[in-house]
Amino acid sequence: MEATIKVAGLRKRFGSTVALDGMTFAVQPGLVTGFVGPNGAGKSTAMRVILGLDAADEGTALIGGKSYQSLRHPLSHVGALLDTAALQPSRTARNHLLWLAHSQGLGRPRVDAVIEQAGLQSAARRRAGGYSLGMRQRLGIAAALLGDPPVLMMDEPFNGMDPEGIIWMRGFLRALAAEGRAVFVSSHLMSELQDTADHLVVVGRGRVIADAGVSDLITAASGDRVQLRTAARADAITVLARAGAEVTATAPDVLTIKGLSSERTVAALTARQIPFSEVTAHRATLEEAYMELTRDAVEFRAVSAPTTAAGPAPATTPGAAQ
Amino acid sequence: MTTTITPNRSATLQTRDGFAQLVHAEWTKFRTVRGWVIGMIVAVLVTAGIGIFVAAGDAGQSCQAIGPTGSSSGCGSAPALPLGPDGEPVVDNFYFVRQPLTGNGTLTVRLTSLTSLLPPAGQGLGATPSQPGTVPWAKAGIIMSATSLSTPRAYAAVMATGANGVRMQWNYTGDTAGLPGAVSAGSPRWLRLARDGDTITGYDSADGAHWTVVDVVRLAGLPATVQAGLFTASPQLPARAVNIAGIGQGGGGPTASTAVFDHLSRSGAWPASSWTGGYTQGDLAAEAQGVGGYHQLAGRITVTGQGDVAPAIPDQGEFGSSENTIAIYLTGTFVGLIAVAVVATMFMTGEYRRGLIRTTLAASPRRGRVLAAKALVVAGVAFVAGLLGTAGAEVVGTSIARSRGTQDFPEPWPAELRMIVGTALVVAVVAVLTLAVATIVRRSVAAVTIIFAAIVVPYFLSAIATLPVGVADWLLRVTPAAGFALQQATPQYRQVDAYYAPVSGFYPLAPWAGFAVLCAWTLAALGGAVYLLRRRDA
Repeated sequence: MEATIKVAGLRKRFGSTVALDGMTFAVQPGLVTGFVGPNGAGKSTAMRVILGLDAADEGTALIGGKSYQSLRHPLSHVGALLDTAALQPSRTARNHLLWLAHSQGLGRPRVDAVIEQAGLQSAARRRAGGYSLGMRQRLGIAAALLGDPPVLMMDEPFNGMDPEGIIWMRGFLRALAAEGRAVFVSSHLMSELQDTADHLVVVGRGRVIADAGVSDLITAASGDRVQLRTAARADAITVLARAGAEVTATAPDVLTIKGLSSERTVAALTARQIPFSEVTAHRATLEEAYMELTRDAVEFRAVSAPTTAAGPAPATTPGAAQ
Repeated sequence: MTTTITPNRSATLQTRDGFAQLVHAEWTKFRTVRGWVIGMIVAVLVTAGIGIFVAAGDAGQSCQAIGPTGSSSGCGSAPALPLGPDGEPVVDNFYFVRQPLTGNGTLTVRLTSLTSLLPPAGQGLGATPSQPGTVPWAKAGIIMSATSLSTPRAYAAVMATGANGVRMQWNYTGDTAGLPGAVSAGSPRWLRLARDGDTITGYDSADGAHWTVVDVVRLAGLPATVQAGLFTASPQLPARAVNIAGIGQGGGGPTASTAVFDHLSRSGAWPASSWTGGYTQGDLAAEAQGVGGYHQLAGRITVTGQGDVAPAIPDQGEFGSSENTIAIYLTGTFVGLIAVAVVATMFMTGEYRRGLIRTTLAASPRRGRVLAAKALVVAGVAFVAGLLGTAGAEVVGTSIARSRGTQDFPEPWPAELRMIVGTALVVAVVAVLTLAVATIVRRSVAAVTIIFAAIVVPYFLSAIATLPVGVADWLLRVTPAAGFALQQATPQYRQVDAYYAPVSGFYPLAPWAGFAVLCAWTLAALGGAVYLLRRRDA
């Protein structure tokens, strides 16, 4: 089976709230695809629709070209970790995995294998109700791996993990992708995906804002911006604006310059003999790229404002160049 | 971790039917939550325990207890009820004026009068019937019977009755209606029985000239010589209500009836000797012997009798019958049901409460099958729990009763099996109904409350507390509690006048019809549950 998730034109409303507003994206094999966006952007809803748990009003979601409903043993096609609290507290972890295995025609050996993979050996015979959040995450991952699926989908897998766990999880996700699996991981914190995701699907208000490789996104977010530290701020603004740059004051003695390379910035300032202490090319972090992309899409802001520029290019920052 | 992305499912498991896997998964779910297993064990213990407790208490009290009709059933000395040809307990004591008839032959008679005496108002136990009145099922007519005394007897009879016209009856439970209307001098009834081998034909006529066949019955193994003659029977009047303690209220008691016959004619090999009169079970019927008798004068024969020849109904105290049916051991069912309902509810709402339903439905996207698998598992577990509870109560309760010297109202084994297995089936189906309701409402408290209100409350009010019979009957007809009809010990016979009410163990619907009502509710709830489960977002 083709290890992909393809989502096309998903729309879904809960009453008057639009959860999915024409969401379209694809998840490819061999990559960790991050699914990021602010809370309420529709990430969990999209994942539930992919798993056939919620019905979309419009659009399709296919796993390896098939609808989830048509999968005979779904857990051997898609392993999903949606909600780590979804456990019967009085059942042991091992028994939880056992019933799941039985539902797929799998037996105890497979259960023991995933317990080992998730590093739960010592706790497997304890009641899941007594598990810490991190252990529940591991149990959820064990459950997702049960059918040895080519596609893995995890909703906020880093939640509740300690730093050691986060490092383990990053390595784990990368290893799964390296085996040729499609790994689809949602997060509301871009920093968690730094050094993990190869590709990002950024969503906001039910729509895809960006769907691109991580390196492309960072390049785009960095733009041609140059950061200038100078005591003669007013003069510098005048000179640089005349040279065709878009200038924003970001601190009492710091200016961000757009549209002018660092070489030309230095040349323009030197020609007018305006003093400056530092000129640096700006390199965006993934976090910044994300903030830039989602600024307009954050739910609680600008409810009436139209959604700005969808696509891989970063949107123009409102309030800049004034 | 392997580098292949092919699931390493074992080949044998892969070929198994998906539904069997689902059932396996649901069973694993069920057995791995200790609270649910304990809940089911509690259901068994409660069902058995209450049954045993009630039976033991009742057995202890029965020495003083007075039956609904006012006759006491002796503790330890209660004689065994005679059994009919199908193993059902019967009442067989009536005044029989007889002669042997060998081979084929006929007996014809005219009946000109059938009058009855009722017990005086306000007196029950041991009262001598003295008030003229109507006994609906007083019987007078002619009978051909395999033997005179012992039972079970094969017999057939045609008779006039107090208020139910002419009947032909045979082997205790057979009953066919003939000419309607009461007997009087102005409107006499002619009756005829004709034997031809194993076949006996009953006739009636209003004028002795125009005869109608009432029925033709075949009595297998009828001996060459039968006892044939005239008889009168006059059953006890049943109580019209039962109070909270199960004691009969309102006008039950013994009756006596007198019939006047003439135009007696016979064909076939009859002896020359005179007629013999007496009660068929004379030694058992001290009460009845007092007023039985016959005399013959100028072609008129007057026969007075008490008793009955009919199926026995429990709680009637007829001639000292044991009153308890084994239904008493099943009393704990409705309490055990509560435990079963709670577990069946949790089996579903536990998943909703914690979001586990998403894991379940992601593992098995065909939702109807998930519900079916869950229903099968919970039904199976509940059936076993119900069976262990009721069978345990019956085995222990019976031996307690026996050790105290009382005995149960005899039950043919098919009825006993139906009651015990049927109760287990009721428990199983109620578990499924609960599961369906829990799927619809998704809340534990709401689901248990609905089941409690729909099944336990109607059953308790109707069959244990004393609701008016009309209301009780209605409740046990339309609510899922109708399924308890499977616990009815004895059939309701139209030819026996008794206090047929839920509180005395008689349900308004036949056992399997009542069960069908429960099943209909369950199917409807399952239908709604499947519809909602498919339609709703998980």
